[in-house]
Amino acid sequence: MARQSAEGAKAAGPRNGIMSRIGAAIVFITVLAALIGPSLAPFDPSAQLLAQRLDGPSGTHWFGLDELGRDIFARVLAGARISLLVGVVVVSISSSVGTLLGSIAGYFGGRIDEAISRVIDILLAFPGLLLAIALVAVLGPSLANVVFALSLIGWVGYARLVRGQVLRAREFEFVQAARALGATTPRILAQHIIPTALPAVTVQATLGMGGAILAEAALSFLGLGVQPPTPSWGTMLNGGRTHLLDAPHLTIFPGLAIAALVLGFNFLGDGLRDALDPVTRQKRLS
Amino acid sequence: MLGESSSPEDVAELRSRLGLDRPLLEQYGTFLRDAIRGDLGRSLRTSQPVTTAILERMPATIELAAAAMLAAVGFAIPLGIAAAVWRGTSIDHAATTVSLLGISIPNFWLGPLLAIVFSIELGWLPVSGRGTWANLVLPAVSLGAALAAILARMTRATLLEELREPYVIAARARGASRVRAVVRHAFRNSLIPVITLIGLQFGAVLTGAVITETIFSWPGIGRLLIQSIGFRDYPLVQGCILLIAVTYVAMNLVTDLLYGLVDPRIRYE
Repeated sequence: MARQSAEGAKAAGPRNGIMSRIGAAIVFITVLAALIGPSLAPFDPSAQLLAQRLDGPSGTHWFGLDELGRDIFARVLAGARISLLVGVVVVSISSSVGTLLGSIAGYFGGRIDEAISRVIDILLAFPGLLLAIALVAVLGPSLANVVFALSLIGWVGYARLVRGQVLRAREFEFVQAARALGATTPRILAQHIIPTALPAVTVQATLGMGGAILAEAALSFLGLGVQPPTPSWGTMLNGGRTHLLDAPHLTIFPGLAIAALVLGFNFLGDGLRDALDPVTRQKRLS
Repeated sequence: MLGESSSPEDVAELRSRLGLDRPLLEQYGTFLRDAIRGDLGRSLRTSQPVTTAILERMPATIELAAAAMLAAVGFAIPLGIAAAVWRGTSIDHAATTVSLLGISIPNFWLGPLLAIVFSIELGWLPVSGRGTWANLVLPAVSLGAALAAILARMTRATLLEELREPYVIAARARGASRVRAVVRHAFRNSLIPVITLIGLQFGAVLTGAVITETIFSWPGIGRLLIQSIGFRDYPLVQGCILLIAVTYVAMNLVTDLLYGLVDPRIRYE
């Protein structure tokens, strides 16, 4: 498996290989920063130095201080934890639920498929972020509700993807052989069918991390996500909005963090897709 | 709505006036019946009919969304064509990089950045509000950027597919230049995926408008939605979301119907 992907990355061309390596590096650095950064940072993300509020970047405070005199560098590091947490939880929930429902719909067909596919169609007929805004408006703004809302709209993409893969895999000879040998349905699904969909799900999950992080930041920016004083990149951007004129660094650094991490996941996802999907690989070669 | 110290009688009276004492299904039935007649209830805060409030804000959102889409199409399609014509050159790489950046930069960051550069540092354009053409520039650009990025990538990719088709090769064999082959021959046939994408992305533009309107204090539906959520003005929240959703679904239908115009082989019976 490892050799296969290495060959894939090579075949996809050096340019793409560099892109996905840059992506992997950004993601790795962010994960590292989120895990150990806050304990190494010289300042507490919630400590207030009111006398120096809105001070620009300096040797002591690399990213400057915010409207309450809190160290923005420390808050960006702490915000990485929130972003990655939201990404991991949302992607885990939506990919598991999506894979399960998608494979059930694809494998059994008939009425079960009809029912699941209609739900998918209905949810897809609605712009995702708007649905999340609506849900949070009803449930109230909080981190848990953001995760719930994003998972509720997120599983659909995985379900549709897996359903398509399963429809194809169902007819493979090894699946029919397993059935002929008397394997139970759950065993056929888990051992033979779902694994064929996993590469596609992995790509989708990588791109989905970027999407979930972006959506959380957007909701928090609108005041509908993570609530202050918890440091979230979106909330920080919202705080910077009233200080565009006198303290643009409040806006610049958290935004840079969001853009870099989302770009990282997109690079990584694109690279994985090219490495795992023989069709795009051939297209790139020609 | 009545405050902490309200009497139980007042609470009961308000509940019955809002219909909250009736079964959920009946409430939903009433809502649907009224909605079909164009009655979406009244704002809890201002008592203005929701339909009126929304209709007042609608022109601003339409103006913003249309400007953003025009800007995106006007920028992205030439960029995508240039990238396809001069594939593999520095023009192509520059176009690809620009569009990758456009996809990754969130509009709630791009908006404030543009405001910092063009309003505060350079003083060319106003920071917020609506009225003149100058007010429209920054919101439209920050809302259209993501669409432009996706569109440029898509235009480039579909053109490159088309360029491999026999009719394009034939045109080239007859002596047409690469530019002519792309613009005169391949481009028209690459329009279907491009139009599909524009239609599908309209939902993203509408949702993006919620954010962009908040950034630039643009008096449209999106800002109304976020303000109403803040005031817990549920009928108004419901009305805004319903309107955006219905517009989105309608745009998808229009997209499907447009195929027939672009490609005569597709006709609806």
